[in-house]
Amino acid sequence: MTTMRRRAVPYLLISPTVALIAAFLVYPIGSVAYYSLQHQNLTRPWANGFAGLDNFRRMLFEDELFWQSLGFTAKWVIVEVGLQLLLGLALALIVNESFIGRGLARSLVFSPWAVSGVLTTGIWILLYTPSTGVLRFLGQPEAAVLGNPDTVFPAVVVTELWRGVPFFAILLLAGLQGIPGELYEAAAVDGAGRTRRFFHVTLPHLRDAIVLATLLRGVWEFNNVDLLYTLTGGGPAQATTTLPLYVAQRAVDSKDFGYGSALTMAGFVILLFCSILYLRLNRFGEDRDR
Amino acid sequence: MSADVMTRPRSRAAVPAGARRRRSKRKDPGRVLRLYIPLGLYLVFTLVPFYWMLVFALRPAGSTDPVPWPITFEHFETVWNDIGYAVFFKNSVIVGVWSLLFTTVIAVMGGYALARYRFRGRSLFMVVLLCTQFIPGAMMLIPLFSIFKSLGLINSLGSLVLADTVFNLPLSIILMSGFISAVPFTVEEAAMVDGCTRFRGFLAIVLPQLRPGLIAVGSFAFIHTWNNFLFALMFVSKQDSFTIPVGLSYTIGEYSADFGALAAGGVVAALPVVCVFAVVQRYLVHGISAGAVKG
Repeated sequence: MTTMRRRAVPYLLISPTVALIAAFLVYPIGSVAYYSLQHQNLTRPWANGFAGLDNFRRMLFEDELFWQSLGFTAKWVIVEVGLQLLLGLALALIVNESFIGRGLARSLVFSPWAVSGVLTTGIWILLYTPSTGVLRFLGQPEAAVLGNPDTVFPAVVVTELWRGVPFFAILLLAGLQGIPGELYEAAAVDGAGRTRRFFHVTLPHLRDAIVLATLLRGVWEFNNVDLLYTLTGGGPAQATTTLPLYVAQRAVDSKDFGYGSALTMAGFVILLFCSILYLRLNRFGEDRDR
Repeated sequence: MSADVMTRPRSRAAVPAGARRRRSKRKDPGRVLRLYIPLGLYLVFTLVPFYWMLVFALRPAGSTDPVPWPITFEHFETVWNDIGYAVFFKNSVIVGVWSLLFTTVIAVMGGYALARYRFRGRSLFMVVLLCTQFIPGAMMLIPLFSIFKSLGLINSLGSLVLADTVFNLPLSIILMSGFISAVPFTVEEAAMVDGCTRFRGFLAIVLPQLRPGLIAVGSFAFIHTWNNFLFALMFVSKQDSFTIPVGLSYTIGEYSADFGALAAGGVVAALPVVCVFAVVQRYLVHGISAGAVKG
């Protein structure tokens, strides 16, 4: 009797989590899969019903915006994650050194991590608006950077970098603190300079942390809607519309739930495929004998 | 690798040995080039936007002075009383605190199960937790909306507490199990031998040592909930149930000419999370390394 009860303890402990995940994550995914095969449009209820693969056919062959948003999503994720990784790694290495005021410096450079996407938009609108922004001090008066298709991409990239770099810095700093100090001493005794110590001690030890951080952030930037939704609304002329933003527009604005669900499924499949491919290519978690 | 970590003499902070050695060479001119100049530049990049917001929030409307002097609080009065940030702030605090409590309690339970028990389905549970990280919140809007509608939770803060808790949970459990694993089981066992029940032993032995973990997970949940925009935008459409991010997004849209109000609203939105973050930042870094080391 007591063993039975003891065996049930871990299941009791995880039961609230399992219930919540089942009800609010697994079930919704199932219903998205179901709706993707249906015509379901709140504005045209007479046409609702089973659609088969019609939504997917429309998406793949008739919807140019789908392909355009997919292309922009890829560009957005790669540029953002790449730049955030480089700057975040540099920042982590800097604040891992010991100097006076290190705690304060860490708090300050990490602080944008805690700021929401909407607030980031609010702040950077103040910086970008021609009449009030800082660009007028840099000799770019009256340039509406967010309304111009040529400048809008660098503008949103810099904005997201401001908030995104601290995430990498925090994760990689945690990784750096797990590297045993003797390794650096041994490398120094062997005559390895700073650059070689970085490439032969630091980088190999950070490898898993980097793979995990880039993956998490890649997924996160893929799904990131708050910032683009409020900063550009996907414009000008849909130039900054990511796939999830396109889905949100479809679902919220045109109430086309069936087609929106098909787009969602496409997003899932692409994301899952890319993630597995990425982990495979990087041989994540495998023991690497060097 | 964890054996290395265990045998290494514990220094007060996790200062790499290299850095300790280099301290003797204080007058290294390369240090300025390598350390202080990049750090200074990055600090400018980080802080100028915050400063710019403060300038707009504190100087009188129409002023273009880069220094907010004389200081005025008129914009704060506008957003707090006229636009309704007093209500938005209250709603955000309610949602944030409830979500923090639920997330932390459930994460302690789940984390304890993962850290202390080997049960059938444990690895499946882990995989599910990790997989949830691929689920885009934006794409869950449609199905979650219909669920909350059938539960009668649309326009109630309860829907936000629920949704935010669910999306906070997976990472919180993984973090928490790392923290619990770091508390040695032998102490807990000793308490049980002395006649404590497992639950009493947990309360008396583990919980006090779990303080950094509770702070890290709790603040993480609070910040995420405080910042969540999309759920609040979708599930709540009555103005007296708005949270801060929704209020702020309307301020951006409607008051785009009134930058003073926008900036003051931004300060109201930023202040709680930036303060929480400044205090708990080091726990967060430690928490992630604890979770990462234990895997």
